[in-house]
Amino acid sequence: MKKTALDFWVGLFVLCGFVALLFLALKAGNMSALSFQPTYQVKMRFDNIGGLKGGAAVKSSGVVVGRVDTITFDDKTFQALVTIDVDKKFQFPDDSSAKILTSGLLGEQYIGLEPGGSEQNLKSGDTIAMTQSAIVLENLISQFLYSKAADSGAASGASAAGAPAGGAGSAAGSTSGGASGSAGANHGAAFPGAAAAMGGSNAAASGAQ
Amino acid sequence: MITALGRHVRSGISRTGYATRMLLRLISMFGLMVTRPRLVTRQIMFIGNYSLLIIGVSGLFVGFVLGLQGYYTLSRYGSEASVGLLVALSLVRELGPVVAALLFAGRAGTSLTAEIGLMKAGEQLMAMEMMAVDPVRFVIAPRFWAGAISMPILAAIFSAVGIFGGYIVGVLLLGIDSGSFWSQMQGGVDVARDVGNGVIKSIIFGLAVTFIALYQGYEASPTPEGVSRATTRTVVYASLTVLGLDFLLTALMFGN
Repeated sequence: MKKTALDFWVGLFVLCGFVALLFLALKAGNMSALSFQPTYQVKMRFDNIGGLKGGAAVKSSGVVVGRVDTITFDDKTFQALVTIDVDKKFQFPDDSSAKILTSGLLGEQYIGLEPGGSEQNLKSGDTIAMTQSAIVLENLISQFLYSKAADSGAASGASAAGAPAGGAGSAAGSTSGGASGSAGANHGAAFPGAAAAMGGSNAAASGAQ
Repeated sequence: MITALGRHVRSGISRTGYATRMLLRLISMFGLMVTRPRLVTRQIMFIGNYSLLIIGVSGLFVGFVLGLQGYYTLSRYGSEASVGLLVALSLVRELGPVVAALLFAGRAGTSLTAEIGLMKAGEQLMAMEMMAVDPVRFVIAPRFWAGAISMPILAAIFSAVGIFGGYIVGVLLLGIDSGSFWSQMQGGVDVARDVGNGVIKSIIFGLAVTFIALYQGYEASPTPEGVSRATTRTVVYASLTVLGLDFLLTALMFGN
């Protein structure tokens, strides 16, 4: 084989390999999104981070504005301390609030930032004061059952109508009212201690609705 | 019988030591790529370029099958749009490095073993030694480094062609939305963790398979039957080593 032909084909082979690797990195991977932009760090504390993982998205109005950097446990305040990297392009007021939301019904969790009204912006190293923890299904169910058990003791139709709304009011969103009703009915078998209260409260709820 | 067992164990241990010393020698000849690039380039041509056909076609068909099977299973849960993610992650993390290494062992490994074995049978290696030319430096080491360079390239080409095959089956044949195919994939494949780990795996597999092929050829009995047995041993040992190393590396990299 002539020397120049050999070099050409081997060079082409190595080039094909690089192109394949580049394709994998850019088209198949997530390298094109928000990798090398300058960012600033913001801290926040949550009572419960649920299933939030490092590297999860930070979104505002549904658009990705940053990534979660680290999640640690602060044993002075007994809360989770989450540090996020926000793209320097986006400035938020320093009274913005952070919530842990779920994408889709059973998707992965991300942090939603809602801007406040302050005129000062968040600087690198600032802490967001207003946070809302992730929704944990077990807490939701036990809240609902506890409120149903408390109200079936009073056993009045008028208060039973207000109980589903009141019991779910402390959880976020009005859609969870219907969800916790059906969740309570489905998980009734898992709480044998409250089974008697369940029977009473189911009758009261169906009577009220 | 007990003395036979003892002899077996001792010879096994001394053979392992000899193999490790040769491996260390080959690794120390890293500078060969700078001092003798022509030798290495020629071997890349024989080992890498000539394997492109089997790697490319196999990658395409593996991509097709992953796309089909993934679609059938995911449509039970209504998540057909995630076929892209399934195909990409399976290929980039596991199938790309492993299947490419197995094919490489079968195609390039056997040809290396046969070539070195026949050189030994024809007493070419001994003739080189008598002329004070180190056969390990000028025959074995260029092939070793050529294999180490070619393997990651072949694995990357396998994965890329496979993803393209999954695209053909998923989007063009089965009608999945093209936008959600690519965006689900981009959302789920992490470049450092998945693609990077796959590349590291393929480099380690390349070193292992090429070394096994060269060692078996170098240690073959210099008869036609010896060469054929060495070729068989190459394929068996290299395949087992690749699968064993894959388990180890997966546990280390993705274990947490």
